[in-house]
Amino acid sequence: MGSTIFLSAVVLIGIGLILGAAIGVVYKFFEVPVDPRVELLLELLPGVNCGGCGRAGCADFARALIGGEAAPAKCPVASQEVVAQLAQVLGVEIGRAAKQVAVILCGGDLTHAKGQMLYNGVDDCISASQVAGGPKGCRYGCLGMGSCARACPFEAIGIVNGLAVVHNEYCVGCGKCVDVCPRGLVKLVPVDAKVHIYCKSPEKAPAKMKVCDIPCIGCRKCVKAADEGQFTVNGFLVEVNYGDYPRPDVIEKAKCPKNCLQTCRGHEEFEYGKSIGESA
Amino acid sequence: MTQDSKVQLMLPKGEELLLSPSPHIHDKESIQSIMLKVVLAMLPVVAAGVYFFGLDALRVIGWCVFFCVGLEMVWCFFAGKPVLGTVKDGSTLVTGILLALNLSAATSWWVCLLGGILAIWLGKQVFGGLGQNPFNPAAVARVGLLIALPRELTTWVPARGMTADLNSYSKAFYTTPDFTRLQEAGQVVDGMTCATPLSLAQTTTKVLGHGEQAAYNFAEIANPEAYWQYFLGNMGGCLGETSALAILAGGVMLLAMKLIRWQIPVFYIGTVALFSGLVNLLWPGVTPPPLFHLLTGGLMLAAFFMATDMVTSPITPKGAAIFAVMLGIMTCVIRIWGGFPEGVSFSILLMNALVPLIEKIAAIKPFGFRKAAAVKGGA
Amino acid sequence: MKPLKIKIVSFKKGVHPRDDGKSLSRSSAIRTAPLLERYQVIVGQNIGLPPRVVVKAGEEVKKGQLLAEPSGFVSAALHSPTSGKIEGIIDIPGPMGIPAEAISILADGKDEWGELPPPLDWQTVSGETLKARIQECGIVGMGGAAFPSHVKLSPPPEKKVDCMIINGAECEPYLTADHRVMLEETEKVLLGAAILGKAAGVKNTVVAIEVNKADAIEALLARSGEYRVGVVGMKVQYPQGAEKQLIYAVTGRKVPTGGLPADVGCIVQNVGTAVAVADAVTGGVPLIERVTTITGEPVVTPGNWRLKVGTPVVEALKLAGGVKRDPGKLILGGPMMGFAQRSTDVPVMKNTSGILLLDKAAISQYQASPCIRCGRCVDGCAMQLLPSPLSCMIEADRFQDAYENNVMDCIECGSCSFACPARRPIVQQIRRAKAEIRNSLNHKKK
Repeated sequence: MGSTIFLSAVVLIGIGLILGAAIGVVYKFFEVPVDPRVELLLELLPGVNCGGCGRAGCADFARALIGGEAAPAKCPVASQEVVAQLAQVLGVEIGRAAKQVAVILCGGDLTHAKGQMLYNGVDDCISASQVAGGPKGCRYGCLGMGSCARACPFEAIGIVNGLAVVHNEYCVGCGKCVDVCPRGLVKLVPVDAKVHIYCKSPEKAPAKMKVCDIPCIGCRKCVKAADEGQFTVNGFLVEVNYGDYPRPDVIEKAKCPKNCLQTCRGHEEFEYGKSIGESA
Repeated sequence: MTQDSKVQLMLPKGEELLLSPSPHIHDKESIQSIMLKVVLAMLPVVAAGVYFFGLDALRVIGWCVFFCVGLEMVWCFFAGKPVLGTVKDGSTLVTGILLALNLSAATSWWVCLLGGILAIWLGKQVFGGLGQNPFNPAAVARVGLLIALPRELTTWVPARGMTADLNSYSKAFYTTPDFTRLQEAGQVVDGMTCATPLSLAQTTTKVLGHGEQAAYNFAEIANPEAYWQYFLGNMGGCLGETSALAILAGGVMLLAMKLIRWQIPVFYIGTVALFSGLVNLLWPGVTPPPLFHLLTGGLMLAAFFMATDMVTSPITPKGAAIFAVMLGIMTCVIRIWGGFPEGVSFSILLMNALVPLIEKIAAIKPFGFRKAAAVKGGA
Repeated sequence: MKPLKIKIVSFKKGVHPRDDGKSLSRSSAIRTAPLLERYQVIVGQNIGLPPRVVVKAGEEVKKGQLLAEPSGFVSAALHSPTSGKIEGIIDIPGPMGIPAEAISILADGKDEWGELPPPLDWQTVSGETLKARIQECGIVGMGGAAFPSHVKLSPPPEKKVDCMIINGAECEPYLTADHRVMLEETEKVLLGAAILGKAAGVKNTVVAIEVNKADAIEALLARSGEYRVGVVGMKVQYPQGAEKQLIYAVTGRKVPTGGLPADVGCIVQNVGTAVAVADAVTGGVPLIERVTTITGEPVVTPGNWRLKVGTPVVEALKLAGGVKRDPGKLILGGPMMGFAQRSTDVPVMKNTSGILLLDKAAISQYQASPCIRCGRCVDGCAMQLLPSPLSCMIEADRFQDAYENNVMDCIECGSCSFACPARRPIVQQIRRAKAEIRNSLNHKKK
């Protein structure tokens, strides 16, 4: 009995030693030289592999940084300090830093969007939009099935009362949600642009009013309240010019009759259950 | 005509129309109806079990169903799923009955409870419930119990016809070395327990080796008279596996209701017959003739009710055939050369694990498939 | 029923809806709808480019006058269903749920024909002339896809086409329009078939019918000799009338994956299309009306009606006597591949083969219940795919796997969802995957 245990131990230790030696030899002689900076950068980068930089994950981005193909600020997730650190490691300029967040330009939740139909099928925006245009009355509105929420690696999008809402404090602007929306409602905007028009329907005002309580009816009150060029009017739809965006105080001045002009904070907190006029 | 009908002309209101993708009509069959049909097909087998082993069989079935259904509800309660949600589809009922059919009529209630835990929790729910389990829950329970509680699982009660008169066939069960050995171990209480034909065959080869002596002894348990008794179900064994007649009746029902693929029973039984026949032909002392293998043990039950389990068998007909052939070979190998007398449950578990691979091999080609079509786009 | 003396063929697999609802309207003869006050003709009816509108609001039009001209090769002309005044070009609820551009015509009640192109002697004129006439008269595939017919008749020159199949399978449950057309307009069907054969320059032209339409088969057999058109019977099995399955059943040829019928020398046209072609060639009549089945359990008097293109569904339902009880679903087309509608204001289009209402109680709800791998979808898949494993992959967003498992070959016939005991929305999942894969392929091209 004792000898069996002894033998087993010797054999196992022997195997261990031989394999260890083999690994050591392989490590020594077949080493692929890796730029030590990649390791360093990877430690700094967020490591969520969101793809927001347009690369296949953080490691790929790190290699691109070293190769000079990308600027540190291209990482949408990293904070300013991290970007500065990245630039320091690389010894390059920070690059153009334009921090962005996503905004979903629709305010039509279950209370405000009319013409809801019964729907039975896959809970997915693309699928739903393939069935008679989806259950919502407005053919441009948010379907509320959460395809963007599922696509978000940071769980920054929530479905509130049948409407997708971006929570700004979690959004890093990676842009993963932009392509999945079959309605094209998601837009990446500068983080400092706080005012948005939560409607993207180019339909005529009466048609919009038929299917929604809070559409942009193109009344231009906001246009008049703001400086020249801060809004662009496109038929019955007013859009924020994100190149030269208005300040939040425009909301007070404009008195949007449909409450579709909102700050993102206001949009998040807007009590859509209440009737118009009570909140905002 | 239009004048009259205009008076009470009723038109659909737009708001109540349902939007859903095509197709808009469905076959009547549902999971529930499929499961209930399977239960229906099991009734002859249950009836045979009760006939041969008395009300004890009913007791075991009752415990198994009770524990399986109860444990499923307990799991669903703690998993935050609707408690009655998954019980309603009837799949737990099928698992419960199938588990009981795989146990001896002498099984005590706590073994049924353990079996239920193994089948429902370990076999099914840990993988995510119905449809997600890679292994047949009843087979998981049977194998788990067999390894954990070998004595309880191999305490067989004699079937009705065996104790009544000691004819030459049933005499064999009491006069073989196996029986003597059991007696020595104090397991036989006045003819209340007995051996199964398969365990007799194994003990024979263990005691006598693979020679002529063994072949001679095989004749004791493998002769036309014995075959007839085996076919009826007059032998020791699990309460659901003994009667080939009842299982065939249930199997015909399954096939008629198109609940199983014919490939599985046909290829499984065929392979076992061919393989054991070949071995018996070459070395008559190694194993009894093929008919013995077909009629004894759990082969029939497995071929129609266990291996055909939809969730754990290949989805394509070709895959099912490959699955069944490999199952047959594996069953024979375990029975003839393995450490256990019966290899059906083991082989089912092993083959369940190979199903994804088999499906890869047996993937069907799309209609009009051409190699060049792999070229993207087309027209 | 006495046995039919013809060959009966079939494709493999598929499903067989037991209670197919055809008895509701099978024996009702085609009736012509009375003239309505207003018609709304959707502009983009055909697959391909929508035609260019050539009329203006306020303009007077005659019946059969051109409303929109083809804007390219894969595009079909539109004609006025009646005489009257153009009210305007407006957005109305479209059949896909999204508003569609439509020409609204206020009928003047006279229903006067405008100037029509002269009749052609189809036996002497060239195939090209026939094709030009077919395009001029705005004829599209009336079975469902609304693919411009003249495009189908002009396969690329390197593909030798030798077989014209007229599709009279009508494998969709509930629909009986094609059945009645074959029975009542036998001669026109055969004439149209012969003309289509001539236009495509093929030797063999056959009409293929499912054997549950025995009276139509007999009617066609009695006259088919005069037009040198064959008649083939087919087993009652869904989707017998799907293009690829039909070609396989009739000729034994398999259309390669990703290929077109012309790849195996076949062209398939619908029975309704054949009738429209016959009218267009021998009378110069453009495609402005079609036979549509108005049916379903809630409908008071289900039947087959000759409706003008542009008839709102609600008007069509009035013809059928309205409904007995509130329906749960409105479908344009058949129950297997038709589209659920959100509004009864949708107008009839050139490809509307049926207006189907389903009872609330009869609607089966899709559920996201797990697959029990029973294999019914595999046994039912006419394209020999593995629908359920595919849908599981798609549920997990594994589109690459789905692509490698030939998801793009799916014809969306719905057999898998029909057969699924777990009521999984398999077809919808597959449609989603197709959309996603097409998107990513387009991205790669860029």
